Amino acid sequence: MPEGTLCNKSPIQTEAQLKELLNDTSGKLYYQELNALDVDSDKLWATIQKTCKSRIRTWLEICAHCGMCADSCFLYLVNKRDPTQVPAYKIQSTLGEIVKRKGRVDNAFMQMAMETAWAKCTCCNRCGMYCPHGIDMGIMFGYLRGLLYAQGFVPWELKIGAGMHRVYRAQMDVTDDDFVETFEWMAEEWEDDFPGLEIPVDREDADILYTVNAREVKHYPEDLAEAGILFHLAGENWTITSSGWEQTSLAMFAGDWEACKMQVEHVYAAMERLRPKRMVGTECGHAHRATVVEGPYWAGRADGNPPSPSIHYVEWLAEALRLGKLKIDPQKRIKVPVTIQDSCNYIRNHGLKLATREIISHIVEPGYFIEMSPNREHNYCCGGGGGFNGIGLYRKQRNQALVTKRDQILATGAELVIAPCHNCWDAIRDLEEEYKIGIKWSFLKPLLLKMVIVPDHLKPRT
Amino acid sequence: MYQFLVGPMFWLSIAICLIGIIVRSVGYVRGLHWQLDRVAYRAHPRAGIKGAARSIFFWIVPFGARGWRAQPFMATCFFAFHLGVVLVPLFLSAHQMVMRDKLGFSLFSLPGGLADGLSWATLTAAVLLALRRIALPEVRIMTTWRDYGILALSVAPFVTGLAARYHVGDYSFWLTLHILCGEALLIAVPFTRMSHIFLFFMSRAQLGMDYGIKRGGMKGHHGLAW
Repeated sequence: MPEGTLCNKSPIQTEAQLKELLNDTSGKLYYQELNALDVDSDKLWATIQKTCKSRIRTWLEICAHCGMCADSCFLYLVNKRDPTQVPAYKIQSTLGEIVKRKGRVDNAFMQMAMETAWAKCTCCNRCGMYCPHGIDMGIMFGYLRGLLYAQGFVPWELKIGAGMHRVYRAQMDVTDDDFVETFEWMAEEWEDDFPGLEIPVDREDADILYTVNAREVKHYPEDLAEAGILFHLAGENWTITSSGWEQTSLAMFAGDWEACKMQVEHVYAAMERLRPKRMVGTECGHAHRATVVEGPYWAGRADGNPPSPSIHYVEWLAEALRLGKLKIDPQKRIKVPVTIQDSCNYIRNHGLKLATREIISHIVEPGYFIEMSPNREHNYCCGGGGGFNGIGLYRKQRNQALVTKRDQILATGAELVIAPCHNCWDAIRDLEEEYKIGIKWSFLKPLLLKMVIVPDHLKPRT
Repeated sequence: MYQFLVGPMFWLSIAICLIGIIVRSVGYVRGLHWQLDRVAYRAHPRAGIKGAARSIFFWIVPFGARGWRAQPFMATCFFAFHLGVVLVPLFLSAHQMVMRDKLGFSLFSLPGGLADGLSWATLTAAVLLALRRIALPEVRIMTTWRDYGILALSVAPFVTGLAARYHVGDYSFWLTLHILCGEALLIAVPFTRMSHIFLFFMSRAQLGMDYGIKRGGMKGHHGLAW
């Protein structure tokens, strides 16, 4: 059974393997090897028999082929209503066929399934809300991704991403030292403006343990500073952890369940070690989904909860504004037409729609906030979710997918889009680059920092 | 033939249907797996029951879910069809008489005119649903002969029943065929996609529990706006 040196059924285990894969620019050799990769049908069928239980089997069985899910899928709408983009068709023609054929499928089929799973579905779960039978095709695509990953049929970047988590326990090659040093360096940069600003590391029994996205450490260190400053201004008893600080999971996008488990257990170990009252994660959707919503199940926690109660940044911020821990200067509220992007991963998939609206009520001058249509749990994916943003092979399809969000934003007339999610933020940045509609986009933290009132005792002495 | 159909075959078809439903329902619940499904079913029973009830409620109320409101034609056909296929077999006065005969008691009966109206609405909706399958590319692409088969199986008792009711030709022929079609449908329930008669509730409850327990149902407001 031919397996490539880079494209094979074995996950990345060592830093050397990871570097070798990274050095294959754009996955040129990797995708060549993919064409020769065999399907281990026995293993595929054995896995299905073990893991495809009554929920998914029933979904596949009772689908009435009614097509009511078609209009719920932004990829169907944005691809000229191509019937092959109907969610039920997409899952029936991939997972449905694999189950029907008891795993006897070939390389060409698996490559088709791979493209369907990663370029025709972002696992936004919107279709599940529009199916009369309650069939959630996003969940099934997540399951299909796991089957494909185990067979080696996974986009190059996501094999790397999952490998990063396996090697570094982070989505990028950011070490624990890098994280702590970057956070502390950022605090030093700002301590003249905010005297007493410090970054508590490994403080036990703090009220808040703050976890981040490794991209912030590597590319957006000012985000760490902003988080630290806002906790400082709010008078929070908070801490970071020197290990287990990465909240994201590209392994989830890849369907590498073993790596998902490794990653969340690493974060949970930090919670158990430091015993914070709560964990607050950064402004990231999939990170929250991975660590707070799905993670407990990967880690085998029967109550479905992480070791410490865990909330999203928007929940903390809404609470801080509500309780007056952070006060906004009314003169500095946003006075341009502004809209908010509802991230699928914590709005539809964790019910946080009210928290973001509460924040808006504090930071936007009345009359300037315009809702997208549809919105809240019915909002469309940004166009780049589920790993779509990061896959070079499917860049063309991803750019087409951005059109939905572009048109939603244009319809609001907003000049500023608040996107408290890394994936959405990236997608909106990319759609501006691609389609140039003249909008600005932002996380919440930098906006807050511009309008928050610094209490007198925290001001620099002049 | 008639005696066989209203005698042993009547009981056999009902038994296969009911036992099949029970066996498959138990199998469904036993096949749920908190860790594989990633839903802590047992840990949060209140949130789970609330989520399940909401998920079923909004979808069985006409135009109750956003999905129904978004597709008024489909919703109208769907409810016209299902109102008839649920109410007429259970509460047609002739069927209630059979029930009294077989079980010794009966429930309420639909007025004749209403039963006629519901039956015709079901048939009309079935035709429209079939045409919809042909007309819309997004439905056509997935449609197989099985989909038409299920539709035919569902309306066969109505076609034969109405033919008997209006005495089109030989009454006893249509009546025999009607009973045969009805019993075939009962037997098909556990073994075909007709299983959605009960699996609809199972599946909706499961997704409702998923949303109620894991995906935000415990976040302190009413939960997902279906």
